[in-house]
Amino acid sequence: MARNYVRFLALILAISICSEAAIFRPISDSHRSAALDLFKPIDGSFSSLEETYEALRTFEVLGIGNKLDISASTCRSVVEVLGSSSSNLKDLFYALKNQGILKCAIKEEILKGVSSKLEAAVNGASSLPDFYYSVGGLVLIKDQTPEVNVLLDDAEGVFRSIKALSQSDGRWRYSSNNPESSTYAAGMAFEALAGVISLAPSEIDQSVVATVKNDVVKLFDSIEKYDDGSLYFDEKTVDAHEYQGPIFVTSSVIRGVTAFAAVVSGSLKLPGDNMVSIPLIVSLPATVLSLTQKDQLKVSVSSVLGSDAPPLTVKLVQASSSSSKGASIIENQELKFDGDSSFHVLDALPDSVDIGKYLFTFEVVLYDSENEKVYTTGGKTQVPIFITGFVKIDSPEIAILDSDLGSIETQKKLDLAGENSVALSANHLQKLRLSFQLSTPTGKAFKPLQVIIKLRHESNVEHIFLMGNSGKQFEIILDFLGLVEKFYYLSGRYDIELTVGDSVMENSLLNALGHIELDLPEPPEKAARPPAQPIDPHSRYGPKAEISHIFRAPERRPPKELSLGFLGLTLVPLIGFLVGLLTLGVNLKNFPSSAVPATFAALFHLGIGAVLLLYVLFWLKLDLFTTLKAVGLLGIFLMFVGHRVLSHLASTSS
Amino acid sequence: MARTTTKDAQALFQSLRSAYASTPTNLKIIDLYVMFAVFTALIQVAYMAIVGSFPFNSFLSGLLSCVGTAVLAVCLRIQVNKENKEFKDLPPERAFADFVLCNLVLHLVIMNFLG
Repeated sequence: MARNYVRFLALILAISICSEAAIFRPISDSHRSAALDLFKPIDGSFSSLEETYEALRTFEVLGIGNKLDISASTCRSVVEVLGSSSSNLKDLFYALKNQGILKCAIKEEILKGVSSKLEAAVNGASSLPDFYYSVGGLVLIKDQTPEVNVLLDDAEGVFRSIKALSQSDGRWRYSSNNPESSTYAAGMAFEALAGVISLAPSEIDQSVVATVKNDVVKLFDSIEKYDDGSLYFDEKTVDAHEYQGPIFVTSSVIRGVTAFAAVVSGSLKLPGDNMVSIPLIVSLPATVLSLTQKDQLKVSVSSVLGSDAPPLTVKLVQASSSSSKGASIIENQELKFDGDSSFHVLDALPDSVDIGKYLFTFEVVLYDSENEKVYTTGGKTQVPIFITGFVKIDSPEIAILDSDLGSIETQKKLDLAGENSVALSANHLQKLRLSFQLSTPTGKAFKPLQVIIKLRHESNVEHIFLMGNSGKQFEIILDFLGLVEKFYYLSGRYDIELTVGDSVMENSLLNALGHIELDLPEPPEKAARPPAQPIDPHSRYGPKAEISHIFRAPERRPPKELSLGFLGLTLVPLIGFLVGLLTLGVNLKNFPSSAVPATFAALFHLGIGAVLLLYVLFWLKLDLFTTLKAVGLLGIFLMFVGHRVLSHLASTSS
Repeated sequence: MARTTTKDAQALFQSLRSAYASTPTNLKIIDLYVMFAVFTALIQVAYMAIVGSFPFNSFLSGLLSCVGTAVLAVCLRIQVNKENKEFKDLPPERAFADFVLCNLVLHLVIMNFLG
């Protein structure tokens, strides 16, 4: 959160000393929406007063009028913090900062109480953050409510105690106990010192102030530089937890130095041309100008946050072509300011300007020399510009030539602006010639990036040729005798396609010219085969061919009647057996007559019958395990019963 | 010579028949049972010869059921025959119980293999 706020603040107050500034764009809606995304309140309020202040200030700077949603809850917490006696210095400080933006209704007594608390804190402070928050709070109260009398009794003593924390290299320590120093702390210290000076009832000793000025100069010795020339401050020793980046540090230093410079008399001698200025940015709405549409060159100058620039002139110092080694075609033209659209406009490009890629160099000249202290223009701004136009295509024609002699067999004129469909035929002894002339609107020769002719066979094998030029004339001669192998000896119909294109050509074309029937000789044994054409990518994932499964031919089954006949035939021996038994005169005389053995005998026979029935069921529907279980049970029963019967029979017969 | 052979065969056949008549009835019953089993087997083989051996497992189980039960019946006959000195001490009821048990086991296996 701090980064976002700091970034915007830094842009306002940053020193941008650069000789060749990069292209900047002023603040736009994308920045605003980014800020809204970054600062999202949870349940209508932010997690801390510090964050609330950052959000409010960012919205204020960017011009987002979204404060109303959070102002109610913020005012409540501000009043609460200011009224409470147990708030710490940091909370009081940020509560007062929020109050500065929101201007909540706060009673004078509360502010008086806060002010006396802060005064006590100033006198009792020992660490830099304490000084910073308490002095800062007092300055805020003084600015916001002039009725409350803010007094700093021992201003000089406070000044000296803050100064005591400084180091010889220009950086500041956070407290006398902690030997760590940081550039960020230096910024805080300058701001606090500036506050002390502004709150002091009487003048502070100038010699002490002079030593602080020296500290500022010493700090600026440690300034670092990016590749594009912009300067920044960064911490030397990096504490991984606290490190917030060069923007954070730089903005703190700038805030401090600005505040200090505002309250001291005399000026601070700082390296560099400008002190603190508002940078002006040159931006172009369109970098592609069309000669056919007679586009005008428009330039707008504004500050980073999009506010209007002071009266100034934009001068086009130089326009040089990228290709012809910097020969400038325009020099020192002043652009007219159009008040309605607030653009600086170049009336008309000179007639000698041709299509192509150019580098335009702009310079901003302020009317009022006083403004030069306030604004910085960033020197010369270079912008790449494309000038596009209509390329004239003259006398396009296609011809079939006989080899060697070069006599024309067929010649056809083409209309490259419209439809063409020529029908040519040639054999391998002839040549194909395509020619035309290209010229720019000013009549000069023009070489586009792409001049390609493509021949595509019926089987989708393509051949691409680049056309060369000499001056305005573009020509290609395809000698089929030499190309027979390249064409894979494929005879047949070839479609001809011509492509002429460039980024500055407004009438780039990709035209089908027609077709040519080529008659090539038969391929020899070892000729290269044409490359396989890419398979339709969708077919890889589409359904595959249906597989017809080959099943084993089913066994030949006998006719039903035969099977049934043999079933009957199988029963015949059984009948024979029974008949034989009757012939033998079997009887059941040995069947036990007395009751108990008789029952056992009956059970024995029933048991055997049950087992056989079980077997039938097993065949029909049961599985082996059930059957085995049942057989086991029946077997035990059967054994017991059988034993009884048979032992009885054995005893009776013996 | 041929007449003597035929006459000898006839005489042999007659003597066999008369000798067989004196066998006890229970042995005759067992013999009849064996004949029944063998004939059933022969009919199954004839069927297989006609229609082919698919499904082979069914054919085998049917055939072996007949053959198995015939074999068990022959064993029973040996054990029950009073003139057989070897099994003098074995009571015929015991032999019959064995016969029944072995048949039941055989038929369980047969039914499983029948498919």
